[in-house]
Amino acid sequence: MRSKKLIDLLVLPLFGIGLSLLIWHLISGATVSRVLPDGTTEEIKTGLVKDLPGPLMTWEKTRKYVVEPFAKREDLDQGILRFTWYSLVIVAKGYLIALLLGTPIGFLLGLSPLFTKLFDPIIQILRPVSPLAWMPLGVVLFAGTGKAANELGALFTIAICAMWPTVLNTAVGVRAIPQDYLNVARVLKLSRTQTLFKILVPATLPYMFTGYRLSLGIAWLVIVAVEMLTGRIGIGNFLWNEYNNGLYTSIILSILTIGVVGFLLDRAMSLLERRFKTA
Amino acid sequence: MSFLELKGVTKSFGSNVVLRDINLSIARGEVAAIVGYSGAGKTTLINLIAGLTRPDTGTVSMNGKIITEPGPDRGLVFQNYSLLPWLTVRENIELAIQAVFPAWTADQRAASVEKHIRMVGLGHAAHRRPVELSGGMRQRVSLARTLAIDPEVLLLDEPLGALDALTRATLQDEISRITQESGKTVLLITNDPDEAIYLADRIIPLSAGPGATLGPDFPVTLARPRDRRAMNHDPDFKRLRNQIVNWLLGPGGRVVQSVSKRLILPDLLPEDLDEPRTLFGTSRQPRRRSEQKREVVEIR
Repeated sequence: MRSKKLIDLLVLPLFGIGLSLLIWHLISGATVSRVLPDGTTEEIKTGLVKDLPGPLMTWEKTRKYVVEPFAKREDLDQGILRFTWYSLVIVAKGYLIALLLGTPIGFLLGLSPLFTKLFDPIIQILRPVSPLAWMPLGVVLFAGTGKAANELGALFTIAICAMWPTVLNTAVGVRAIPQDYLNVARVLKLSRTQTLFKILVPATLPYMFTGYRLSLGIAWLVIVAVEMLTGRIGIGNFLWNEYNNGLYTSIILSILTIGVVGFLLDRAMSLLERRFKTA
Repeated sequence: MSFLELKGVTKSFGSNVVLRDINLSIARGEVAAIVGYSGAGKTTLINLIAGLTRPDTGTVSMNGKIITEPGPDRGLVFQNYSLLPWLTVRENIELAIQAVFPAWTADQRAASVEKHIRMVGLGHAAHRRPVELSGGMRQRVSLARTLAIDPEVLLLDEPLGALDALTRATLQDEISRITQESGKTVLLITNDPDEAIYLADRIIPLSAGPGATLGPDFPVTLARPRDRRAMNHDPDFKRLRNQIVNWLLGPGGRVVQSVSKRLILPDLLPEDLDEPRTLFGTSRQPRRRSEQKREVVEIR
């Protein structure tokens, strides 16, 4: 039983990753130099997807970012985890703002039908707007702050994009509170504040944390776009620069890093979420 | 003077009349039981007394004061326990005490919590959460929570409805003991006549809905403490039980309503089994009389 779990959790996923690497290797292209009979060299691209660097080449070319993950050689030449760290810091700030704004709005939506009627349409309209569309507005809004404009614009974009899952899940959670719990509050004559903190908030926590997890996922999605547009140093910016430099191996490294970090964030939040599951 | 009184109470939800013409008065210290069908409006009745809903007409009053909102003077034990799942047994009870007696010191609160946990025999489970408890244990917690706020009247809304027979019997014993010890006024709602007779001083049947109303009083004269096994052979018990059941099943308990409806009967003829099967199943189907074109009857 235990070994079956080990196989399910470790061996099979590792095998799947290996298989994917193999497929990647097989379809990737390479550039081969050949000396022609007349003495000149000719570069030939081979492979199924000619411009896709293979796993071995990716490793070779991006080694320096991985083996010294926290190195700082130049502004645009730093270890991959150092770039990631810059991004994580701003994501954390924006995400925090999203939670602080989103949770109360969610409660208002869940508690007040009037508030829902007033603002639900607006929320539904703003929700699908892409971070790429918010970003310029964010920068313009904070243009008066001078040097900090990019930073504040980025925070604005992350917060406003990441807020919606928290808002909606909290609202759903508040509406889903069983009437029984509210009856308990009424019979005990709890005051409004007491009802909020002793009944409503704990009863909504599981939903709130689902929202928080989804919000974190979005915040992490948004950061790449934000960094590309603002030129703020971080993993997304690194990816964009390397694209402009034609270094496709670094793009792949960045994609993998963004994916792994996103996965880890989601796992961490899901552990936290489980901790708050009641009944 | 009666302590708890309902006068001419009716309640409907939309066009659906649930309760009509309810008159009930309960004396202080009395244990009254309302027995009725499931879905007849028993919970609505108790919600009216608890103040969770307001009557359409008539008044519900306690101590001469009309009840307009819920309050801790009426301790409601919910049918589905209504414990807060994120709190332990101790915390659930503590929350109630804290809310109702805000002036108490921490020591007083803790003492009261422990006293009521012990009263329902849950000392060993005080740190557990409701999900970790059986139905019977949850109902004990719910009872302890209600007793802890020291209500003037205890409203028990089918407290044992969701429990198995054995747990039910044990808890009936405990409710009996606790209510006798505390001397509180109790209104028990149940669908089990035996339970009502075992626990109550007086039984009032509630007729079937829609438009349920209360029947005549049936005083329970059996001496306390009552012994479940002896009771089953007691002729008084049998007679009372029969009276209550008969009332509930008889014309008083059932609301007879006549409905006239225009019925359209299906116009079908039996299918013809002689018709041959085809490759794709059968073409024979029940036919409508109107679709019949011609029928040849051969007479020999």
